[in-house]
Amino acid sequence: MATMVAKTFRGGVHAHYHKEGTASKPIRRLPPPTRVVIPLHQHTGAPCEPLVKVGDELKVGQKIGDSSARLTAPVHASVSGKVVGISSHPQSGGRDVLSIIIESDGKETLDEHVEPRTDVDDLSADDIKAIIREAGIVGLGGAAFPTYFKLTPPPGKSFDTVILNGAECEPYLSADHRLMVERPGDIVDGARLLLKATGVNRAYVGIEENKPDAIEAISEAAKEDDRISVVPLKVKYPQGAEKQLIWAILGREVPSGGLPIDVGVVVNNVGTAAAVRDAVFSGMPLVERVVTVAGSCIAEPQNVVVKVGMLVSDLIDACGGYSAPPAKIIIGGPMMGVAQFTTDIPVTKGTSGVLLLSKEEAAPIEPMPCVRCGKCVEACSMRLMPLWIASYAEAGRFDDAERMNALDCIECGCCSFICPSRRRLVQAIRLAKSEIMARRRRAQAK
Amino acid sequence: MNGTGLIVSSSPHQRAAVSTPVIMSDVILALMPAALAGVWFFGLRALAMMVVCVATAVGTEAGLEKLMRKPLTIGDYSAAVAGFLLALVLPPDLPLWMGAIGAAFAMAIAKFIFGGLGQNIFNPALIGRAVLLASWPVFMTRWRWPIFQAPWIPDFDAVSSATPLALWKLSGIKTPYLNLFVGNVAGSIGETSALAILIGAAYLLWRGHISWRIPVSFVGTVAVLAALFGQDPLFHVLAGGLLLGAFFMATDYVTSPVTPKGQLVFGIGCGVLTVFIRLYGGYPEGVCYAILIMNAATALIDRLTVPRKFGEVKKVA
Repeated sequence: MATMVAKTFRGGVHAHYHKEGTASKPIRRLPPPTRVVIPLHQHTGAPCEPLVKVGDELKVGQKIGDSSARLTAPVHASVSGKVVGISSHPQSGGRDVLSIIIESDGKETLDEHVEPRTDVDDLSADDIKAIIREAGIVGLGGAAFPTYFKLTPPPGKSFDTVILNGAECEPYLSADHRLMVERPGDIVDGARLLLKATGVNRAYVGIEENKPDAIEAISEAAKEDDRISVVPLKVKYPQGAEKQLIWAILGREVPSGGLPIDVGVVVNNVGTAAAVRDAVFSGMPLVERVVTVAGSCIAEPQNVVVKVGMLVSDLIDACGGYSAPPAKIIIGGPMMGVAQFTTDIPVTKGTSGVLLLSKEEAAPIEPMPCVRCGKCVEACSMRLMPLWIASYAEAGRFDDAERMNALDCIECGCCSFICPSRRRLVQAIRLAKSEIMARRRRAQAK
Repeated sequence: MNGTGLIVSSSPHQRAAVSTPVIMSDVILALMPAALAGVWFFGLRALAMMVVCVATAVGTEAGLEKLMRKPLTIGDYSAAVAGFLLALVLPPDLPLWMGAIGAAFAMAIAKFIFGGLGQNIFNPALIGRAVLLASWPVFMTRWRWPIFQAPWIPDFDAVSSATPLALWKLSGIKTPYLNLFVGNVAGSIGETSALAILIGAAYLLWRGHISWRIPVSFVGTVAVLAALFGQDPLFHVLAGGLLLGAFFMATDYVTSPVTPKGQLVFGIGCGVLTVFIRLYGGYPEGVCYAILIMNAATALIDRLTVPRKFGEVKKVA
């Protein structure tokens, strides 16, 4: 399989990947922190209501928040111990979120619901989806979209293909890479469960060519199952963006404004597949994840298994602390991640990486005039005209920005990355998108 | 650490290494082989012209910005590039002060009053050349052969001030390919040596600063059209200012289309106009005007060649 010509999409950029610091080291499991802060809203959809109160004794895997909304994902205790507070706490998205604060007793006592299943083969598609929902599984690639919801096609639509996303195209991040190398069998088991849950018999695992060990490991683990094949992908950002990945693997174009289901596809991160496997086989809900801790200012860059709710400040300490004072701390990758103003934020289900950049790396760059080089047009993974949309946005001409398809922008950031004049293109386009959406909401409200 | 001193900004947090000043200085580097060939063939006079044009271009931009209290932009090297390019498309014996006027006009009229870097419609260096050609046509068409005799030209002394294109147009004499390739023929300072230009062009392509689309479609169109009109395509590619124009003038970011398809249209348009001017126009050479005319069409080409966006497909029912 690995000898196949690598597939890719049109556009994109070649970024310096900075993965060498973490990609070859085994994942390290961190001891449970003394305190976790578990936000009740760490996914796309409705926030959860707390199911516990201050003073309650909790066990690992116990559900502590849920909602009756259709689009949501319950949250679970990631340590055993006592609820010491339920209050608003800053989160990586920038907003304060109602969170359950648990002081760990260090015992890691499992909740009685967490029990290995012996009847996995007898589970129906609906059983699997119900388990995924109850386990609070969301997309672990960063978007944190509830997985069970994605697996349920809207009326009149159906799946024919499952894609597992192992591209990991964001620089610095290597969590998926390590997971594919260390737990390929679990990822393939997860893929089988996803096939069953969607009633499909075709799955592809897309992996960028710079991870030959991962390609080999997954191919080996999947060789008995001819429904699952590995597709090597060219090393190019944003190869792991959903629409670009589907195009690269299947040649299908998700229609503008549409979803992968519109072309019969559901895409899940490889980490999500492993989480599905854990939930179904061992009954363990999503209470921990692999996080890449990297950048020039961390003493011991590495991939770690972290309890959801561990504070980033504790995580940094667990990785040896700062090697130099960081000027910028990013949750996620450098291309789409979110810069933080504090380290007093918890790791959530969507936290794929914590990057600590130096003053030199983080220095703000003053934009120069656009020289119309067209590099942003060539790099745009959605084939838009970034320079025009950004100019319209900067001039407040949001109708024109909309006419130039601002809403199709996936905010991959290739335009800003490549711009030799250092213009803040995707930043301006983001502004246009939020303004256009706000106008639509206002128009609807009337 | 909490809340103190951390920089917060919108993603991306990583940028490509190549910036506009880096590109401009790479263009200067890429022009060096052509410039060296010019000095080799036409002597220190050629070097003096380059110094005068670059100094005037940079000085004009800096002076105007100072006068208008605008931020100084000569550090982006675009003024130096324009002055350098202008010198390379001027005859070697042109009075230096004329070169200075061309450079000053290029920066003041063709670039500054349009709003500076990124705003000009026409290639400043070519505007400088066009203005000089219109103002001092005699000086602008007086050439010198870098060699003392050319056996393929029967009456060498009488025609020694003609470029290969003029020789071919007026007398039907074809200069051998090797001379055109090496550059020991009459012509503008930096235009004669195809070899030197291609070395610089290869560097720009390798660095990714220019794409193949404009130069290849431009040169390709000239070759194909020349052949269709019964001309020698290789002669038309090597003679005159085509290669310098195609790789260094038509690829000017500011004045050429930004869309991939538009760049092909632009290159083809330049090629068609060049051939028609060469074959049917009053001038033996048409590259300069061909590019300037297509510059005027750039905005329109961009509008008509906006790429089909990803996902612009029929919705699957």
